[in-house]
Amino acid sequence: MSNQPSANTPAGTAAKTASDPHLAPVNLKLTKEERIALFRTMMQIRRFEERSLRAYQAKKIGGFLHLYIGQESVAVGCCSLMGKHDHVITAYRDHGHAIAVGMGMNELMAELYGKATGCSKGKGGSMHFFAPDRNFWGGHGIVGGQIPLGTGLAYALKYKGLKGAVMAFMGDGAVNQGAVHEAYNLAALWSLPVIFVIENNGYSMGTSQERSSAGDLPTRAAGYDMAWDQCDGSNVYVVRAMMDKYLTRAREESKPAVVEIDTYRYRGHSVADPDNTYRLKAEVEEYRRTKDPIQVVQNMLMTDGVLTPADIEKIDQAARKEADDAAKFAEASPYPTVEDLQQDVYWEADHPDQRQSQGRLFFD
Amino acid sequence: MPEITYREAIRHALAEELERDANVVIMGEEVAQFNGAYKVTEGLLAKFGPKRIVDTPITEAGFIGTGIGASMLGLRPVMELMFWSFYSVAFDQILNNAANVRYMSGGLINCPIVIRGPANGGTNVGATHSHTPENVLANHPGVKVVVPATAYDAKGLLKSAIRDNDPVFFLENTILYGEKGEVPTAEYLIPLGLADVKRQGRDLTIVTYGRSVIHSLAAAEVLHKEHGVLVEVVDLRSIRPLDIDTVLKSVAKTHRVLIVEEQKPFASVGSQLAYMIQREAFDELDAPIHRVATVDAPAIYSPPVEVEQLPNPQRVIKAALEMLG
Repeated sequence: MSNQPSANTPAGTAAKTASDPHLAPVNLKLTKEERIALFRTMMQIRRFEERSLRAYQAKKIGGFLHLYIGQESVAVGCCSLMGKHDHVITAYRDHGHAIAVGMGMNELMAELYGKATGCSKGKGGSMHFFAPDRNFWGGHGIVGGQIPLGTGLAYALKYKGLKGAVMAFMGDGAVNQGAVHEAYNLAALWSLPVIFVIENNGYSMGTSQERSSAGDLPTRAAGYDMAWDQCDGSNVYVVRAMMDKYLTRAREESKPAVVEIDTYRYRGHSVADPDNTYRLKAEVEEYRRTKDPIQVVQNMLMTDGVLTPADIEKIDQAARKEADDAAKFAEASPYPTVEDLQQDVYWEADHPDQRQSQGRLFFD
Repeated sequence: MPEITYREAIRHALAEELERDANVVIMGEEVAQFNGAYKVTEGLLAKFGPKRIVDTPITEAGFIGTGIGASMLGLRPVMELMFWSFYSVAFDQILNNAANVRYMSGGLINCPIVIRGPANGGTNVGATHSHTPENVLANHPGVKVVVPATAYDAKGLLKSAIRDNDPVFFLENTILYGEKGEVPTAEYLIPLGLADVKRQGRDLTIVTYGRSVIHSLAAAEVLHKEHGVLVEVVDLRSIRPLDIDTVLKSVAKTHRVLIVEEQKPFASVGSQLAYMIQREAFDELDAPIHRVATVDAPAIYSPPVEVEQLPNPQRVIKAALEMLG
C-alpha cells in the first residue's frame, strides 16, 4: 500500500502513514460516490433529528425523544460496512442507526408521530424502530437489555453456518448492567461473531463516566478473554477502519470483541433533559468546534476536492427537505385505530387461518 | 398403551421435535453433559450432539436473552430453566423482549421460543425456589402459558408449543416428573388453549390445572365415595390461551364452582377465572365461587407445614363440603 496520498485518498493531506486509518483498505477502496454517500447519510441523520426536535417542541411527538445529533459518524461508519449477513441491534437512541441501515425518513417520522404509517405502525415509538428486512433488530428501551438479543442473533448466524457478524450497540451507561456482562461471557465462551460497540458519549443520562464506571470501559473485555479496541468516533473513516478489522475477524473466525467509540451528544439525554446540571455549555461548544463529525468529514471532502461548498449546500438542503417532507407525510398520515391495538400481539391472532391453538388469547 | 413418566413424556416430545426440525435447539443449565438437573433431557446429548443440546452457564438473563435473539432470526430454541423461580433474574428478557418484540415492531418480528422448567412448591426448598409465576407471565399479552398435569398432556402440549410461532412458557412440576401415565407411541399433538374434563360430575365444578388437578381428582374420589358428591374436574392445561368455554359449560351443568390452584391468592389465575365466570355465567351460579389457593405467605420450608400451605386433597374436600353444606 502506498503511503503517498492521492486524489482518491480520503483526507489526502492528512494521511501520512500506513497505520493512518484513512489509508485502511476499507477506506481506500471507497469511490467518490461512496464517500459522498457517507457524508449524505450523516447529514440526513442530523437534519432528521433537528426536524424531529421541532416536531417534539410543537407537541407532535409524545413520550421520549433521544437525539443522535453529534454521534452521526458512529452509526454511519459502522453500518456502512454491513454485508448480507451482518446485523445491527441498538438501544433507545436508535434514529441514527435506522437511517444508517437505509430506513426511510417517512416511516421513521410517522412512527414518532404515532401514525399507522410508521415503521412499527405507531406501536413502538422513538425507542423502538425495527427493520428486520434490513437486518436491523431495534431499537430497545431498557438499558443493556438488547445486548443478550444481539448475542442471540450471532448465535443464530453461527448455528446456521452463515458468515456474518452482529454489531450490538450500547451507550457508556449500559456497561454496568448485568445482562451486558452475561452476554460478554457467553459470546466469548461460545466464540460468537458479535461486536459489542460502546458508543461512549460521556454521559449515562446526567451521570458522567467518571461518576458511573470504575476503570476503562472496553478493557473489561479482557476479563472475558475477548479482544477490545477503542477509537475516536468523530471521524467516520476512523470508525470504519477499526470496525472493519473486527467485523472481518468476526465473519471469518467467529470471534467477538468489545470496542469503544468515543463520541458526544449535543442535546440532553432526551429532549426532556434541560442539560444544565451536569456539564458546561463550553464543553458542548468545544466539541462542536473541533470534532463535529459532519464538519470533520465535510472538511476532508472539500480538502480532497470531492465536494465544493455549493455541493455541500445542495446535500444539506436535500436532507432538510427530506426531513420536512417526512414531517408532512407523518402529519397527513392516519393514527392507528383502537381496533389496531390488538393486532401484532400474537402471530396466531394475526393469522387466524393458520391458527393451531384454541381458546381466548385476549381478555377484557 | 404404554405407561411412561411425565419426565419421559417431555423428553420424547423434545426428541421428536429435534428430529423433525433442524432449527430446534435445547439450551439450559446442565441440560447436556449432566443429563438434566431433573433428568428431563437425559440421553439427548448422546443422540443429538452438542450443537443441538447446549449447556449454558448459570446466567439466566444472558442465555434466555440469547435464545430470544436467536429465535428472532429463525431458530426455535427450547430453553430450560432449572426452576421457573429463576425467571426473576431474566424478567426483562422474558417479559420485555420476548413478550413485546412482535408488538413493538408492528408485527415484523416473531419470537418462536419455548421456555420450560418446573414451577412448583412442595419440595421443601423455601421461598426462593417455589414460585408459580403463571399468573405473572399470563399477565403479558403476547405470550402463551401452559401448565400440564399429566404425562399425556405434557407430551402433546410441548410438541404444539415448540411448533408455535409465539413465545410459549411451559411450566412443569418436579413432583410430577416421576408420575406415570398412558402415552400412545403414535405421534399426537394437543392444541394449546383446550381444557380437558378429567372427571365428569354434576354437583360441583372444580376448575384447576397443574398438580392441583391430581389433588382435585383425589378429593373428588373421596367426595364421591364418602359423601356421595359428584364432582366435575376441569383441567385448564393452558392458562393463555384460555378455554373458558369448557369451564362455562361445566358451570352450566353443576352451578357451583371451586377453583383449586397452587397460586398466591392476590391477582392469581383463579382471580381472573372468577371474574370471567361471574361475568359470563352469573345466572348459572347457585353459590359464590370458592377458591383453594396457596396460603398467603412466602413458601415455608418446614416440610409438614408446607403440605398445608399448598392445595391438598384434604383442603379441597373441606372447601367442597363447606360449599355444598
